[in-house]
Amino acid sequence: MRWLLAKDLRILLRSRLLLGLLIIYPIAIALLIGLAISRSPGKPKVAIVNLSLPGQEIEIGNNRLDISHYTASLMDKVSPVVLSSRAQAVNAVSSGKVLAALVLPADFTQRLSSVLTQARVEVLYNGNALEQSLVRSTVDSALAEANLVLADEIKQLAAEDIDLLLKGGNFHILGSEREILGLSRIAAVLHAIVRKQPPGATRAKLARVASFADFAAQNLDLSKQVLTTVSQPIQVSATLLHGRRTPLDAYAVVVAVSISLMFLAVLLAAAGIALEREEHTLARLIRGPPGLPALLSREKMVLEKVIFAAACAVIVAFSMLAGISAFISLEWGRAALWLVALVVGAAAFAALGVAIGTLAREVRAASLLSFALALPLAFLALVPAGAVTSGLYDVIQVISFIFPFKACLQGLDCAVNRASPGLGVSLAHLLGIAVGYSLLARLALRRTA
Amino acid sequence: MEPLGRSSAVSEAEPRQRSGEQAEPVLEVTDVSKRYGEREALRGVSFSAHAGERVAIIGPNGAGKTTLLSIVAGTQAPTSGMVSCPPGQVGWVPQQPAVYSKLSVAENLELFARLEKVKDPAVAVQRMLDQSGLRERAGEQVGRLSGGNRQRVNIAIGLLRDPPALLLDEPSSSLDPRQRERLWQFVGTLAQRGTSVVFSTHNVSEAERRADRVLVLADGELLFTGTAAELKREVSHGVEHDFEGAFVAFLRERGH
Repeated sequence: MRWLLAKDLRILLRSRLLLGLLIIYPIAIALLIGLAISRSPGKPKVAIVNLSLPGQEIEIGNNRLDISHYTASLMDKVSPVVLSSRAQAVNAVSSGKVLAALVLPADFTQRLSSVLTQARVEVLYNGNALEQSLVRSTVDSALAEANLVLADEIKQLAAEDIDLLLKGGNFHILGSEREILGLSRIAAVLHAIVRKQPPGATRAKLARVASFADFAAQNLDLSKQVLTTVSQPIQVSATLLHGRRTPLDAYAVVVAVSISLMFLAVLLAAAGIALEREEHTLARLIRGPPGLPALLSREKMVLEKVIFAAACAVIVAFSMLAGISAFISLEWGRAALWLVALVVGAAAFAALGVAIGTLAREVRAASLLSFALALPLAFLALVPAGAVTSGLYDVIQVISFIFPFKACLQGLDCAVNRASPGLGVSLAHLLGIAVGYSLLARLALRRTA
Repeated sequence: MEPLGRSSAVSEAEPRQRSGEQAEPVLEVTDVSKRYGEREALRGVSFSAHAGERVAIIGPNGAGKTTLLSIVAGTQAPTSGMVSCPPGQVGWVPQQPAVYSKLSVAENLELFARLEKVKDPAVAVQRMLDQSGLRERAGEQVGRLSGGNRQRVNIAIGLLRDPPALLLDEPSSSLDPRQRERLWQFVGTLAQRGTSVVFSTHNVSEAERRADRVLVLADGELLFTGTAAELKREVSHGVEHDFEGAFVAFLRERGH
């Protein structure tokens, strides 16, 4: 078998295009992923037209809020292009200079201050269905965050007014400062007056007023909490059931490496066995000279192709991980586990590749078949639960169980990111898949050679 | 059915180690039949081949030529009958060259010599480079060789164990006339060195020129074994035939 491995390596080294691809591919992918995840995502370019008068303030009770707080918060979420009229905004969106435009109308502040009517912001956008969806989600998100900031500031101002009503203090009105007593202190004063009053109808009435002042002070104090609840009614408390939380960038690395591992192992294995048939050497190898044993048994033939393809894929995938670790922090202390996950995953993919390769008579057909099968399998394995109907998801689960991509992704995620459900489970699953496809390939060789 | 002729004459190249009637044949096929379900692909075929002899198997399409060769090669088992040759004594050359295009001539020979566990692979490679006349092209990738030279490499691989008998399945079918000429020169050299060569062909004139003896198969039945001249005499009846005409007339007379 070692002579056949050496032969395959020699052929690979002489296939300059394929060899170049194997060297350039991991470097290019590592650089792309590294650059993509080491920089924050770009903000969408959005035109902002503020038609409300400059310096306008929102009046809330005794306090004022500058409208520029809102626009600043909004501009922080996008890459703003400040324009002065709606017509300019329409032109900018139509020409594609900006993704969308936000128009704050002249009555924006007035409506916001009135409390009785909602302020409105106009969003202008264009493009195809995908762009429209992106713009809507981006702008909605930016507006929601800006609204939240505004709501928080309004809540703060309202809380200050409530504090003044409750505890008393200085109060500005018509340019002069006045001191107000506050509900808490009013209740104390009333109780003191009640104690000095002789028993009778007047004392009883005063006592009822003092009790009401007590009641009002206590409930007004609660209203601050109510304001917090109204501004952010739901607070999220997330609990991760297994393992540790995987950052999105680290998971993206695992997905990229798994996809590369899959394509390399499946394509090399499928092309390797198909090449033996294309060159008509398969029969010569597994039949052997007349009257003598086969040069290579069918089992060894399958094993040789799996070892060769898996070894090449592991080298490339490990190089990718090493390259990407220059951009994001990966635990090199777990490198042995990365290697184990890569080796077992690559073996499962390679066994699948050999099974595919035995069905094809030519390298091109084997490569096309591998590509056509591997791509949707990877896509299906990434579909999250809840994204499709439960029946369809069950089908996807079965497919993901039969094919190695999901198990490899989970195993590598566990090895690289300490994710669940545990490396052992994934490795056992992958080994089962590898054995299953190797047996299928062995059967196919018996039928076709 | 008994074969209709007996080998007696030599057509073109005299084998160096021609065996007489008394010599032990290198290869002996006795009463071989092959059945695929209801269909009988071969019916009681018997023949032998001696050292240095070139035997051509000819016949119409579906006659059973490839089936017979594959049974002799051991890649198929006969339904009944016997092929007597010691293990490893027959070299098999498939119709399509079974070689690696990206490897050189010498690398292909060395790889198969090692896989076949030939005692001294380096010596075997050098021997086959000399015999095939490809020494000067030993370092060239097989994919860059002509069809004829590729077929020579294919045959050389079949000869790595230095078998006394070599089976060739339509070796010249995909070659142009010049490449075919070179191939037959190579085969002639092998026979002169004592190798018994059994080949199948569709080209009956090639069988006349290149074989010492021809076997005519039709519908799985061996109708004739003898020299080309003997076959012509079988059908002449006072009419002069070329070999192709004699072959067609022979088949017609026998109801094929």
